[in-house]
Amino acid sequence: MSEAARTPFVESLREAAAAAALPGRGIGWLDAARCENLDAFLAAGLPDTRNEAWKYTALRALAQRPFALGDAQAASRPVEAAALALAGIDGPALVFVNGAFRADLSRLDDLPAGLSLEPLSQVLAGEPEPLRFALARLYRDGGEAFARLNAALAGDGAVLRVAAGAKIAQPVRLLIVGAPAEGELAWHARHVVELGEGAELELIEQHLATGEQRHLGTQVSDFVLREGAQLRHVLLQRAAAGATLVRRSGYRLEARAQATLHALELGGALVRHDLAAELAGDGARFVTRGVFMPTGRQHIDTQLAIRHQALGTASESIWRGVADQRGRGVFRGAIVVAPGADGSDASLSNKNLLLSGQAEIDTKPELEIYADEVKAAHGATVGQLDERALFYLRSRGLPQTQARALLTAAFCRAVFDDLPDAALREHLDTLLIGQLPS
Amino acid sequence: MLKIENLHARVEGKDILKGLSLTVKPGEVHAIMGPNGAGKSTLGNVLSGREGYEVTAGSVSFEGVDLLALEPEERAAAGLFLAFQYPVEIPGVNNTYFLRAALNAQRKARGEKELDSMQFLKLVREKLKIMQISDELLHRAVNEGFSGGEKKRNEIFQMAVLEPKLAILDETDSGLDIDALKQVAEGVNALRSPERSFLVVTHYQRLLDYIVPDYVHVLAGGRIVESGDKSLALKLEEHGYAWIAERHPEFAGQALVGERA
Repeated sequence: MSEAARTPFVESLREAAAAAALPGRGIGWLDAARCENLDAFLAAGLPDTRNEAWKYTALRALAQRPFALGDAQAASRPVEAAALALAGIDGPALVFVNGAFRADLSRLDDLPAGLSLEPLSQVLAGEPEPLRFALARLYRDGGEAFARLNAALAGDGAVLRVAAGAKIAQPVRLLIVGAPAEGELAWHARHVVELGEGAELELIEQHLATGEQRHLGTQVSDFVLREGAQLRHVLLQRAAAGATLVRRSGYRLEARAQATLHALELGGALVRHDLAAELAGDGARFVTRGVFMPTGRQHIDTQLAIRHQALGTASESIWRGVADQRGRGVFRGAIVVAPGADGSDASLSNKNLLLSGQAEIDTKPELEIYADEVKAAHGATVGQLDERALFYLRSRGLPQTQARALLTAAFCRAVFDDLPDAALREHLDTLLIGQLPS
Repeated sequence: MLKIENLHARVEGKDILKGLSLTVKPGEVHAIMGPNGAGKSTLGNVLSGREGYEVTAGSVSFEGVDLLALEPEERAAAGLFLAFQYPVEIPGVNNTYFLRAALNAQRKARGEKELDSMQFLKLVREKLKIMQISDELLHRAVNEGFSGGEKKRNEIFQMAVLEPKLAILDETDSGLDIDALKQVAEGVNALRSPERSFLVVTHYQRLLDYIVPDYVHVLAGGRIVESGDKSLALKLEEHGYAWIAERHPEFAGQALVGERA
């Protein structure tokens, strides 16, 4: 073990792991994978900025902080139902508070035919074998420290399956709630989502806080879309202002499958999201639309990696970043068109706005093409609000702050224009306006 | 209503206005003519408070208030309106939403009650009739994809809704064909009233055939060098700006010489 890895962060998690009584203990392959991932994490610790994937996101301060494993009182932390409600949307919901499943807050009765929605802890106690492929994975790259940690320590999460041909009309909600506790704790969530052939699902994933806390949350989600399946994934991230949240979402799309992600990243102190998509089957299509808005001293890092591996696959990514005060945004969009993925179409655009002199956004589009007849376009910009537009609005009587907010919201709004659900679109609009100074 | 005294202003370190004085009374229409580079647009920008225009001397009082001490939005709330020479396209901001927000911001600043959406819609319908503007434009983003004529008509439409006390039209005729010019002029004429004044800034006499001014001023070298009634505009049309240079030898050799109106 390297001495560098012996940080308060790593040591606290070592102790936590030794004391943990995780669901699924005794399942041989799971114990082995947990053990191996834990050893890899303890040996290497957190990556530093020499690791390309962490170049713009320093973990030095995090490495000095110890965290307790989990929340013994997670089952009884008060959460008001109103805080979880989403206007105009009413359907199945799975709720986790500080990493623990909360049956009392979830809605799992009357599930539509073809939908199976269960907490991971329950599946592990029943028939864990179908999850083996997802949960037995070893993370070999040192940059995947949090995925290792998650694999070693995650005890719960959502297991969502849609049967072949089932089209689920109501959106399913996944709520990840952070609640204040006696100290700073770490929670780990592991989600597995599988859509069978031709299945359709809308999933709304929300990260919320019931009060101020500085917890660490790690989350790993796997989405598998079988042939012709369609997923609409909406992500609303409003973690507590002091929270550290590190997520990895992997999508695997088989032939003619389609996934669309709309992401709004507003909360957290140190936030990272690795989005990795594999377009594995011919004609698969992956669309992402995202907005990240760091303000105060927030650091929000999005790493998008899309791999076109089959004929005629398509990806389209439009992201907007708005950084205010001392906020820092990081965006990396890496697209690889692998050999054989002929006739693929990939586009990526990331435009950013700096609202203050101290704000910073680092953006890095990358494109690697190894196939023929590929259409690819990518671009990234960082700029300020258009002074001419600002003056135009003010000359009509809008105060400076209101004029700036109007222009900033307009800059972001275009990204969510194609969300078909008007109530949800309005909700996103309200959230992003709420992030702006009024 | 408006009293400009000995106004000096500079842009990017260059003196543009050099002692401009002008008084506008309620209900009057003043035309400001002048060659390119005389400072016509600078005047509009200084009066509306655009950043980067530095007033180095002189004063501007608007209804007894020091206009230069106000922010652009405060000037708007006080009753000043600038119709832009180049209206700005603002993608993502709906025209109607913007206009209602602007009107309500002004009303709020003046201590008046804000209009709800029904009241606003009623007001808009009345004004649409005056401007012969298609309500399709209202549902689009501000000026986005508008033709030159549509942009200028939208400026006048905004003016109709905001009902300013003093409107400055900055080369509103530029880039318009004769039909569009007539439409814009009709809109302006419909808004003329004994309480509302206009400052019509133009390079060409043509606009003044349709918006007939009470006074015409010639701006050259950063100040007003000739004032008269509407016949002054016709004289300029006939003789060109070279005529100004002949009457004011101090401008000999400057850009305005030889330029035709």
